[in-house]
Amino acid sequence: MEVTLGPLHAIPEGEGRTFQVGTERIAVFRSRQGGVFATQATCPHRGGPLADGLLGGTTLICPLHSLKFDLTSGRSSNGECSLRTYPTHLTRTGQIVVELGE
Amino acid sequence: MTKKRKLVVIGNGMAGARVVEEVLSRGGADQFEITMFGDEPYGNYNRILLSDVLNGSHDAADIFLNPLAWYADNGIKLHAGVRVSKIERQARQVVGEGGVVESYDQLVIATGSVPFIPPMDGLRLADGREKPGIFVFRNLDDCRRITDYAMGKKSAAVIGGGLLGLEAARGLQNFALTVHVIQRGNFLMSQQLDSPASSILRKTLEQLGIVVHVGKDTKRIAGTDAVSGLEFADGGRLDCDLVVIAAGIKANSELAARAGLTVERGIMVDNRLCTLDDPRVFAVGECVQHRGQVYGLVAPIWEQAKILAEQLTGADPNAAYHGSKVSTKLKVMGVEVASMGIIEPTEEGDELVQFTEPKKGTYKKLIIRNGRLVGSILLGDIKKAPYLTQAFEKNTPVPDERLSMLFDIGAPSDATTIETMPAEMQVCNCNGVTKGKVVACVKAGRRTPKSVMEATRAGMGCGACKALVNDVVAWACGGATEEDPAADYYVPGVPLSKPELVRAIKERGLYSVSAVFRELSGGVEDPGSKPGLASLLNAIWADEYVDERDARFINDRVHANIQKDGTFSVIPQMPGGVTTPAQLRRIADVAEKYRVPMVKLTGGQRIDLLGIERDDLPKVWRDLGMPSGYAYAKRYRTCKSCVGAEFCRFGLGDSTGLAQEVERRFQGLESPGKLKLATAGCPRNCSEALVKDVGAVAIEGGRWEIYVGGAAGAHVRKGDLLCTVTTHAEVLRMAGRFLEYYRENARYLERTYGFVARVGIDKIRAVVVDDSEGIGERLDAAMDRSVAAYKDPWLEALAPVTPNQFRASLPVVQ
Repeated sequence: MEVTLGPLHAIPEGEGRTFQVGTERIAVFRSRQGGVFATQATCPHRGGPLADGLLGGTTLICPLHSLKFDLTSGRSSNGECSLRTYPTHLTRTGQIVVELGE
Repeated sequence: MTKKRKLVVIGNGMAGARVVEEVLSRGGADQFEITMFGDEPYGNYNRILLSDVLNGSHDAADIFLNPLAWYADNGIKLHAGVRVSKIERQARQVVGEGGVVESYDQLVIATGSVPFIPPMDGLRLADGREKPGIFVFRNLDDCRRITDYAMGKKSAAVIGGGLLGLEAARGLQNFALTVHVIQRGNFLMSQQLDSPASSILRKTLEQLGIVVHVGKDTKRIAGTDAVSGLEFADGGRLDCDLVVIAAGIKANSELAARAGLTVERGIMVDNRLCTLDDPRVFAVGECVQHRGQVYGLVAPIWEQAKILAEQLTGADPNAAYHGSKVSTKLKVMGVEVASMGIIEPTEEGDELVQFTEPKKGTYKKLIIRNGRLVGSILLGDIKKAPYLTQAFEKNTPVPDERLSMLFDIGAPSDATTIETMPAEMQVCNCNGVTKGKVVACVKAGRRTPKSVMEATRAGMGCGACKALVNDVVAWACGGATEEDPAADYYVPGVPLSKPELVRAIKERGLYSVSAVFRELSGGVEDPGSKPGLASLLNAIWADEYVDERDARFINDRVHANIQKDGTFSVIPQMPGGVTTPAQLRRIADVAEKYRVPMVKLTGGQRIDLLGIERDDLPKVWRDLGMPSGYAYAKRYRTCKSCVGAEFCRFGLGDSTGLAQEVERRFQGLESPGKLKLATAGCPRNCSEALVKDVGAVAIEGGRWEIYVGGAAGAHVRKGDLLCTVTTHAEVLRMAGRFLEYYRENARYLERTYGFVARVGIDKIRAVVVDDSEGIGERLDAAMDRSVAAYKDPWLEALAPVTPNQFRASLPVVQ
């Protein structure tokens, strides 16, 4: 299922924002290199709000206990847990589209 | 596919096997067909633990590093129990006893060492056979033979009072017999200990029932059918039933010498660990002589193994071995000993620091040359050994307060050593990481403290256990920790120390975090480095700093402290902890209006509203009408105060008024770590000013003492007295100058307690109070500039600076 989240400029460069899609929440990130990534909204470790994390390249650090994740694979650097990730793309008018599962 | 080269390793001891492990870890299995020869019919074991096998505390099976299956699993052909009889360099082949022939492209000689037998009579029976009851102490079979023979005997003598001899004596104690140690020289462990340390050790050993004989040169081993005693050069005699000769080792280099390789005390090698005579033949371990040194300890050998593996695999063809600084840490019959470098001062001007407490068996000695540690002996209490070893090996400057090198002053005593610490004991109490978990992580291949911390999250909480984690990692690596080049960087993502980084930022005019990454780290953004860079840039450029909000930690983006459930805490400014009825009423109204789940007094004399939803933050600030208390940032936080002269019957100074002035000056000041200050109206110190980053204490005579570098959190430290002044203005100026000096020179997240301890109060006082470097006015001006750049961040309530700055989530209309 493809969902249009809104304009890219809703997210500042290098940051993330949480989107509420029906009953589901997803975190969407916009890197300074132009990447757009979508993952589950909370950290599998202790539920930290991932959109509030620090982002650099494709690496995200959770704001609560500093777990590190790769946003392309969803894997944590210590291998203990991983994030659900969703494919994204931008429309010609700069709208963020995310492909949620069924 | 190119054909694999043939790598043959002669020797399957700690050195040989380590080389192979290192080669495999560099992908060597794809490059080489590996063949190993070992004298002993086993896999590879930890020779250091032999005395534990002898005394029964370890089973022989427990000390294996790599069992035979490991060789098979890694495709290594092992000739176990096959001694190599010759190396034919022309034919590039190795011939083993029994006729095994293996050809090589590259050969590694790791034949180790053999026991040194001092010249003496009576080693053999009249018919030339070996005299029963004489043993050496080198391998597992020696342990078995000694064990079999010792049963039912009355007394044993160990010839050699060095490290090896005492290890053997320790092992023999297990068999109910009297153990004698015979030392030719005048004291025990003369390689590692000086005479006072040695006599303390001797007393302790004697209390444990060992009989020590010094100055005894053994001339002859008596006995016609078997050992019956020893005869000494001075005419003395000792009855005993068995003898263990442990008088030292010598390089086992005979095979190499027969192959025409240059041998002095060991096989001569260059910095690539290549023999001088044949570019295909390398040597490593105890059999090697490098720059005149022959090593008999494990740490240098592991270092050599690593370099050699880099060479062989081509992983780093420039890898070079430059010799090792040798330090030992061991337990001799329950007595802990650490020794490094020289044991006596040798040059004029060498500084000697010593402490003895014979009753407890404690002895500590330091030899310092030009401010660096060149030698140390610790006996009984070796808690400072990890620190001293590092200072010695890295040649780092030592603190002016020499006493702190011998004792942990003011710190809780550490009852356990790393070695005796049980595996299930928690090393990191924040994240619940045990010693066992750290050790397992090292075994899995992570060899720097930083990589272990990342993998286990040990030390990633309050950080108080980092030193302990470092020690556990070093212990688990057996001294072979890898250097972490990032240890000196200001932040891990930019390969520069703080002074280098500051220079580059100023020279190139880098005003934003993204500019720093673009110019100084090849455009690679390291998210963990962003807040540190933001803090530094802000301190350097003040109002010119280009503030990119993504470089900030979430707290600094929304000016509130994130809680475990993603809500925030709001703490308004309340200078000096002084409030008014009107202010309290407003706070109460806000708490009711936004249904604040908890209202709490903080440790910094303010009021905390906890559980605020992100979307409510701007409204809460607006309704409060008070500026931010900055209780969420690595910045100036608060200045606690007692009541002071205004009301208190003991008050000597206006601590409340001063605290308010301090807060108005330093509010929101950017800093490498948070800053918690206090003022006290008299030396009773009700506001705990002695354990603050900066504390001002009023004393009789209208004066203020200024203390810096105090702490009472994860780490406890009493502040050092910086100076005594008379006016509030002087307190502000001195505190400001100190804080600016700290801001410019501290590492990111280094609190003042670490900074002051590292730099030393004398140096800080010279710079800050006496202006010894002539930078006082510049420091004052830099502080003025930062003070002038202050803005209340809560004003962003009215004008958010990034899209959706205060939105917890954005609804999507489908």
